Amino acid sequence: MALTGLEIYKLLPKTNCKDCGFPTCLAFAMKLAAKQAELAACPDVSEDAKAALESAAAPPVRLITIGADEYKIEVGNETELYRHNKAFFHMPGLLVRVRDIQPLAEVEELVSQVDSYAVDYVGMVLNLDGIAVESASGDGAKFAEYVKVACANTKRPLLLMADDPEVMKAGLAEVEGSTPLIYAARADNWQAMAELAKEHSAPLAVYAEGLEPLVELVKEVKESGVEDIVLDPGTRDFHGSLNVLTEIRRLALEAKPDRLLGYPVVAFPGESTESLAEESMLAGQHIAKYAGFIVMDHFDPAVAYPLLALRQNIYTDPRQPVQVTPGIYEINEPGPNDQLMITTNFSITYFSVANEVEGTGMPAWLLIADSEGLSVLTGWAAGKFDADKIATTVKTSGIAEKVSHRKLTIPGAVSVLSGELEDELGGWEILVGPREAVDIPAFMKLWKE
Amino acid sequence: MRHHPLQYCGCVAIGDTEGDKTNLEGVAVMPVAVETPKKEWTGQVREVVLGATEAEGGTRSKTVTVGGESTLPFLDFEAPMPNPPRIAVEIQDRKPSDWSSVLLTVWGQVLDDPAAWAKAVEELDVDLLVLKINLTDADGNETTAEQARASVRKVLDATGLPLIVFGPGQTELDIDLLVAVAEEAAGERVVLGVCDDKNYKTIVAAALAHGHLVNGRTAMDVNLAKQLNILISDMGLPLDRVIMDPTTAALGYGVEYGYSAMERLRLAALQGDGMTQQPMLVTPGEEAWRMKEAKVGEDVPQAWGDWEERAITWETLTATTLIHSGADIVVLRHPESVRRVEDLISRLWNKGD
Ligand code: B12
Ligand code: SF4
Repeated sequence: MALTGLEIYKLLPKTNCKDCGFPTCLAFAMKLAAKQAELAACPDVSEDAKAALESAAAPPVRLITIGADEYKIEVGNETELYRHNKAFFHMPGLLVRVRDIQPLAEVEELVSQVDSYAVDYVGMVLNLDGIAVESASGDGAKFAEYVKVACANTKRPLLLMADDPEVMKAGLAEVEGSTPLIYAARADNWQAMAELAKEHSAPLAVYAEGLEPLVELVKEVKESGVEDIVLDPGTRDFHGSLNVLTEIRRLALEAKPDRLLGYPVVAFPGESTESLAEESMLAGQHIAKYAGFIVMDHFDPAVAYPLLALRQNIYTDPRQPVQVTPGIYEINEPGPNDQLMITTNFSITYFSVANEVEGTGMPAWLLIADSEGLSVLTGWAAGKFDADKIATTVKTSGIAEKVSHRKLTIPGAVSVLSGELEDELGGWEILVGPREAVDIPAFMKLWKE
Repeated sequence: MRHHPLQYCGCVAIGDTEGDKTNLEGVAVMPVAVETPKKEWTGQVREVVLGATEAEGGTRSKTVTVGGESTLPFLDFEAPMPNPPRIAVEIQDRKPSDWSSVLLTVWGQVLDDPAAWAKAVEELDVDLLVLKINLTDADGNETTAEQARASVRKVLDATGLPLIVFGPGQTELDIDLLVAVAEEAAGERVVLGVCDDKNYKTIVAAALAHGHLVNGRTAMDVNLAKQLNILISDMGLPLDRVIMDPTTAALGYGVEYGYSAMERLRLAALQGDGMTQQPMLVTPGEEAWRMKEAKVGEDVPQAWGDWEERAITWETLTATTLIHSGADIVVLRHPESVRRVEDLISRLWNKGD
């Protein structure tokens, strides 16, 4: 939480010695608050004040990075309880867990499936983020073998899970060129785990049941020199997770002097649930309510896709709808005799339509009006996709020079516009398409120039 | 086991509700206790009772109470939640012509008979039933008031569940049909929907005349929702007979707008804005099953996985998200989704002790 100029002023020496280059301590404080000066410019500032100012400047939830290169993921740095206040910024990492007691071949297969999973969603490719390897055997050599197999089959980040620091050490030795998340420091092993975290410059998850013991353990881990921490408060069920993760977020954002819980949380929705159906709903809760890493115990494309879509939705910036550039889009190399349809530039609308048209393999022109990122009906209701707007788009886009016919298909949802449009666009025939994009392929087959 | 409030070393609390009152001296001092910042909400969602038993002048076998929250969903470290969210299952007055074949297959025979369909819903052990009246009958003719009346009668006779009736969603026709429905179901405390800024005068008058409730729908906007509640209440319908429907969209198709509109409405209610304190109804079933991901099984990317599982997950995850942002009634379509969301609610409800 940023401090005001006045709050900063109270922490300065108040001698007005001018060494910082400003006429008074207050003037300097104002510049600091506006981030136009560096605290280091004042030679006399006390250590306590320095610490207080630094902690006030730190993000309320620390940014944690794992992995490397294009596969790295960043979580944390969140500043809000509710996305509508500004936005949620760093999507939680979605990982899938394997255990070193599963058949090795099965693990190998699963890791590569997770690694290569990719689904198209409104023009974006969505992926899962990584693999958690858990030592269930307690055997260091075995764990190392599984970590090695995981590394061989994915470049995505790893989360290594073991209770015994010796086992963890064996696993860590197999990870090269990518930063894993170490899970976990507990009351009985934290010193050794903290050493490993420092040695490998890797973030460390801290596990304790309940917030109170967690705060204490985090404090010790932090004092031992580990900066990058991830929290596991031990709650697993639907009700407890919602409450505890909310408390942690509130503590991070609102309990100002105490940043001890200002870290992302790792969640394991498979541990309290009995089926993939339940696990997916709990993972859904974690996406909306404050998890930083979500470790799933199942992988099924039918569930991965909706979860990834949900994550994308919750983390879109509510301040700006996702848009595409208005204009003429050529699909499947259309010629002058091919059909012409119009829709809005709201990304979800555009891609629902464009994907259907493309899927038919039939050539077509798609005219995209500038509805300022609104969907068909929303745009219509807001006057951003009405007869006027559509007519202007047709007239100014230059589409009349590209097609030789004069037939324009409008979305079924705005069929009422057809009369008005025929008046405004003299010489054009308005065809009413289906209401839902799913039905576009059948409709397109009826095309006669 | 969780302990609340969270305190250790037993002294000063460092969090405060405003979050900006912490004095600067406090910065340098080592924290000695931890207590989660609790909000001091001044408002509470109104409780609304759906349905009327014989004792109350109706024929329902039970009534269902929704609302009453004085904090965000399930945050009972802050305040208890008096009533869990409820599931309503949607049936229609005739076999739907645009439903996914996954739905048509699972409901099978009962689709042709609203009474049988209503009974099948009651067997799922849910709390509420939604009857949606179509624009046209099975022959393609515009549905008449008499037909709507007959459908409602059949459904009321077939089950004891409190009922919500939705018109086809076309202002003129909705008015005709819902007025007839209100008359037919007099005294049953049925929820009449969709009641919006165009038809509310007639729908509210019908609710007043025959002892019903209304479901006020607005387009994902706090002020519009509030405005409609004011209009409805100005006509003399007590606010404990008003449900609000802030509209939702499906997962992948704008669910985040609905999610945030609901969260904002609920926060406004808790902050004491009396005209936003209505329980919320949303229709994740209808929205999710309209989407390609739920409707189509062939010629879709391999990454979409098994059709039925994906479709059901689309519906359940949409519902899950909305339940976490304050939905009091979720209207669903697939029996398996009903089972899953019931399970979700009972787990959220279960305090684990
Ligand atoms: C999300 C949403 C919003 C979001 C905006 C999202 C956005 N970027 O557009 C917000 C919350 C901002 C919003 C605001 C408003 N909204 Co609004 N909103 C919705 C909602 C829930 C979903 C819309 C959506 O995104 N659908 C998904 C997209 C992909 O659908 P689509 O664009 O229609 O495209 C589909 C089809 O039309 C078809 N298609 C598209 N193009 C083409 C082209 C051709 C040729 C063919 C054949 C087919 C086709 O394919 C797509 C997939 O099937 C709908 C209700 C609902 N559940 O549908 C209301 C709705 C559209 N909104 C409505 C209204 C009234 C408004 C407001 C005016 C209210 C207000 N608050 O003042 C404002 C206007 C905006 C403004 N002034 O800025 C009304 C419109 C009523 C009407 N029939 O006129 C609706 C229907 C809600 C309702 N029942 O009252 N809204
Ligand atoms: S150098 Fe430090 S003490 Fe001197 S005027 Fe600047 S802020 Fe004040």
